[in-house]
Amino acid sequence: MNWFIKRIGQGLFTIFAVASLTFVLIRTMPGSPAQQLAADIRQNQPSLSARQINVMVEQRIGVDPDQPMHEAYMNYMLNLAQGNLGESVNYQEPVADIILRSLPWTAFVMSVSLLFVFIFGIGLGAIMAYREGSKFDVGSSIIAIFLSSVPYYVAAVVMIYVLALELSLFPLSGRYPRGVEPGFTLEFFTGALHHAVLPAASFIVTTWGGFALGMRGNSIQVLGNDYIRVAKLRGLSDRRIALRYVGRNAILPMWTSFLITVGFMFGASIILEEIFTYRGIGYYMFDSIENRDYPVMMGTFLVITVSVVIAVLVADITYGKLDPRVESGGGDESY
Amino acid sequence: MSPTDDGSEKSTDGGTGDIFDFEATEEISTSQRYREFFHEAFYLPAREAWRDWRMKVGLVLIFGYLFMGLVAWISGSNFGVLADVTIIESPRSNQFGGFEFNNEGPFQSWDYPLGTDSTGRDIFGAIVYATPDMLKMTFAGGVYVVVVATVVGTVAGYKGGRVDSVLTTISDIVMTVPGLPLVIVLATMIDPRNPWIIGPLLVIGWWAGLARTIRAQVLSIREESYVEASRTMGISTRRIIQKDIMPNLMPYIMVNFVMSSRQVIFNGVGLYFLGILAHGSYSDNWGVMMQFAYTHASALLIPERSYQLLMPMAAIVGLSFGLILFSQGTDRLFNPRVRQRGTGSTEQDGEEDEMTTTIT
Repeated sequence: MNWFIKRIGQGLFTIFAVASLTFVLIRTMPGSPAQQLAADIRQNQPSLSARQINVMVEQRIGVDPDQPMHEAYMNYMLNLAQGNLGESVNYQEPVADIILRSLPWTAFVMSVSLLFVFIFGIGLGAIMAYREGSKFDVGSSIIAIFLSSVPYYVAAVVMIYVLALELSLFPLSGRYPRGVEPGFTLEFFTGALHHAVLPAASFIVTTWGGFALGMRGNSIQVLGNDYIRVAKLRGLSDRRIALRYVGRNAILPMWTSFLITVGFMFGASIILEEIFTYRGIGYYMFDSIENRDYPVMMGTFLVITVSVVIAVLVADITYGKLDPRVESGGGDESY
Repeated sequence: MSPTDDGSEKSTDGGTGDIFDFEATEEISTSQRYREFFHEAFYLPAREAWRDWRMKVGLVLIFGYLFMGLVAWISGSNFGVLADVTIIESPRSNQFGGFEFNNEGPFQSWDYPLGTDSTGRDIFGAIVYATPDMLKMTFAGGVYVVVVATVVGTVAGYKGGRVDSVLTTISDIVMTVPGLPLVIVLATMIDPRNPWIIGPLLVIGWWAGLARTIRAQVLSIREESYVEASRTMGISTRRIIQKDIMPNLMPYIMVNFVMSSRQVIFNGVGLYFLGILAHGSYSDNWGVMMQFAYTHASALLIPERSYQLLMPMAAIVGLSFGLILFSQGTDRLFNPRVRQRGTGSTEQDGEEDEMTTTIT
């Protein structure tokens, strides 16, 4: 229970630290967003007084350039705590609305890719370990190493070229087919899935290799243990040994890299969604950088952080259930 | 074996001891000792590693890129004699003449072996000219990650107590902050130009994972009896960390150096491709070349121009493939069981204990 509270506290502190970081960046960097925004407004509406401009700036990004540092910080944090992320300069609407609209799409693509990365990586890695040294093992190892040295955006560009343009199997961009109303209809659902295939695939293809190699290494190590030999001597079925003895112990250390992948995918979504014009949270983050739309940029960054923190927390807690050693000590975890 | 201290002729074993006295007569010179150290520390491991095909291919690729970087550096430098030496011309618009040399395909002429882009620049030249900065970035990023992680990990693991819990909490927090978004936000705000700064910035939070691994390793190593022995003998903490603990950590450090270098390449090229780090020049980075091909030449929509996109991509994949193969090959260096099996000096029961490094 103590461990549980510690993890949650750590998660909250991470969010707090990142929020403070965004404040520091917005407020104090030379040529900071606050100053830039004030200058923009002054240029467009020269008739406004300095006070009015500052009020407008505060409305947009939640930071009033006139306030002393500590008051501005308090205000900013209180606003965030109430879910007020400011207002987009570019779209003229609250940042929270933009995020609520886009986050589910990113989450959808990510969960599909994670699922398949896990299935392919773990499954193939285990088979490779069982047939260590065979042609299958060597061949898959080479393919896995090669594919993990391809950046996901390169895979995306190649897939667009081959599957979307040359073969026209999948749509080039967008989230769902044109003319289909979003709703609980089969047409919408299959359409959305069809559009998600390429972004998800570019991720799956370049990531499964790392998991497969890791799983292979872990399984080989587990297979060498004495308790596997004992299990064989006891006459347990191969299936039972493979699943309960080898599989379980080899997957456990992978859980951590699984966590890191969640964070990594959110980052990857910025580049991938831009390439596929897939309007998820990454797309809007990139868009905000292009247009110097700081409220959206900071808002998306914060929300991505919160999502990762939640994902890590969930995984951490489940890991504690899977492997009781973590809760008791945690001193000698391995990766 | 030396005679006992009381000055008598008797050795500890009771004999007169002239059989074992040769140490004093046959002095090992310093240079010889260095040569032996070099032999033990570099030559044998290198020979061992070379047996592994992954290491061979990886090293050949990495040295190929270093050579490319050297060629570009010599060609571009204004340094004494080197100012007059130009092996490959710096790429510029219409460098082969007029517009008829725009969008020339690859493998047609030795002047532009990989073709030209939509304004007539030599693609091969641009790839070569982008190499030195890429290598600087990669190296700087790798060193940054390894140094920060080793310092944090060893101090946390060895000191323990409050220092440990503070450092571990910090690493945990850094580990959860999503990497690429943070890098993008910082890159937009700071807008760095120097490759030695861009490199570390691209992997700014990457040290945390390695620091935790190293801490866990140090925790288990410090309980070993030989470390305990050093401590009882009154050897300083610094020396214990250097002599007893560091050698055990080398595999992790090497592998992570390579993996974070790869991350620098991926993130760096990605940010240049998106235009977040780009400041104009075509031969700045392979990512800029991809961006130009993607936006200016529409290489994705016009199949005849796809080579403009594929060539810089091949450069990226080649370098990171080399790095991964190299890191996989180091398994053999650091894992004594695998090493013994390789030389055949000790019989092992076949299948077990090959440590394979995880790539994430």
